[in-house]
Amino acid sequence: MKQYLLSVYQPDGDPPPDVDLQAIMRGVEEWDRELRDAGAWVFTGALHPASTATVVKAKDGDLLLTDGPYVEGKEHLGGFTVIRAEDLDAALGWAGKLGRITTLPIEVRPVHEG
Amino acid sequence: MHDIDRIFRGEYGRAVAVLARVFGDLDIAEEAVQDAFAAAVRLWPESGVPPSPAGWIIVTARNRAVDRLRREAARDAKHAQAALLSAEAEQVEEGAVRDERLRLIFICCHPALGTGAQVALTLRLLGGLTTGEIAHAFQVPEPTMAQRLVRAKGKIRDAGIPYRVPREADLPDRVRAVLAVIYLIFNEGYFATSGDRLVREDLCGEAIRLGRVLAELMPDEPEALGLLALMLLIEARRDARVSGGELVPLGEQDRSRWDSALISEGRILVRRCLRRGKPGPYQIQAAINAVHTDAGGTDWEQVLRLYDQLMVVAPSPVAELNRAVAVAEVSGPGEALGLVDGLGLDGYHVFHAVRANLLRRLGRDDEAVAAYEAALARTGNEVEREFLRKGLSQASGRVDD
Repeated sequence: MKQYLLSVYQPDGDPPPDVDLQAIMRGVEEWDRELRDAGAWVFTGALHPASTATVVKAKDGDLLLTDGPYVEGKEHLGGFTVIRAEDLDAALGWAGKLGRITTLPIEVRPVHEG
Repeated sequence: MHDIDRIFRGEYGRAVAVLARVFGDLDIAEEAVQDAFAAAVRLWPESGVPPSPAGWIIVTARNRAVDRLRREAARDAKHAQAALLSAEAEQVEEGAVRDERLRLIFICCHPALGTGAQVALTLRLLGGLTTGEIAHAFQVPEPTMAQRLVRAKGKIRDAGIPYRVPREADLPDRVRAVLAVIYLIFNEGYFATSGDRLVREDLCGEAIRLGRVLAELMPDEPEALGLLALMLLIEARRDARVSGGELVPLGEQDRSRWDSALISEGRILVRRCLRRGKPGPYQIQAAINAVHTDAGGTDWEQVLRLYDQLMVVAPSPVAELNRAVAVAEVSGPGEALGLVDGLGLDGYHVFHAVRANLLRRLGRDDEAVAAYEAALARTGNEVEREFLRKGLSQASGRVDD
């Protein structure tokens, strides 16, 4: 079994008014339960907005702190799940379900083994 | 030796497919198969070609790779040990070789890979083309192509793209991706945007060969037959399409220069797949090309009906543009121009060429001149440019008069 990191990217700020956040949350909970029932769940983290991030960078022996996310942009990592899957097709299957529920892009990346 | 060349072309992909399963690794599979062919070049002239050349190649490739991996595994190379473990569990025999190319095709055309990577992998692993040949055909430097292949194989390995035929539910999408890659290879060869003509024709031949493999391995997939028929019917007109370095429109082509064997094979395939009653975009386009090869000349009303059908199953601006060409023949250039003008295809030279042709037929020569110029600005293909320049000079001659 391989492990995959599923990263959810979301636009900064509040969701548009026509988005039914409650329905999405229910969908994600259901997805999470299905994942656990299948024995595919490893770890989940939902993140506070990117505006709460701090970047630490070592430079000439000093630590430089910057306010905000490392990559600038209008979309940032909003949450992630590590799953266990047989192969990429299985991982893409889980990601596809989550993508349909959230309507957000999901990045699927294999976790290094060993 | 001619025999070995022929066997290499025919059996390379089959051998790589089997060894990829055996070792669970594409690089090891490729290296092993190349090694076995090198041995064949040395041994066969003396011993003669074995009764089952593919089986000989596969067994030799496996044994030599196992020997090499054992030496590496003794030095504690982890991936060599993993490949050996895999090889112990998977057997190969020299007799009847099961065809595993379908799995290899689905790996090469996996939608998680970019189109460029899909095409390069398919030509490399299934077609046995060298990296240099693929780079040459696509007009990129060889190191760029080599890097593209390494990156794609790295993703297959590390991301865990599975070596198997997709699940039933995923199959339609995955088959579409495979068909698209093969057709893209064909088009790159046929409508060369630039580059060496001979290499380009090789791409068409390779695409047709892959199309035959797919049609053979997926006999229940009418679109696979449709794609093969489509390529054969287009390929059949290749020699007549260019005369004296100039593009010859379909209606003016010398039909005696069409390849009648390819045409009759294509037409038989069209009838065979359409009988299934599951028409898809490749089948319909093949049917349109079959109508173009009818003995009495093109029946444009029938072509138009087929384009109407194409617009239902696979609507696209390019299909609409082609449909408009048929409309011009059936209902006149005025009605066709009305359809064409609304299409957002400004970057596509054929769009401007079609407009130029319709405008000229309507006697609007100054507008035709502008459209020819727009078309010329958007293609680098010399044969097409010559054709467009001729149209331009005729239209501007009439403007001047």
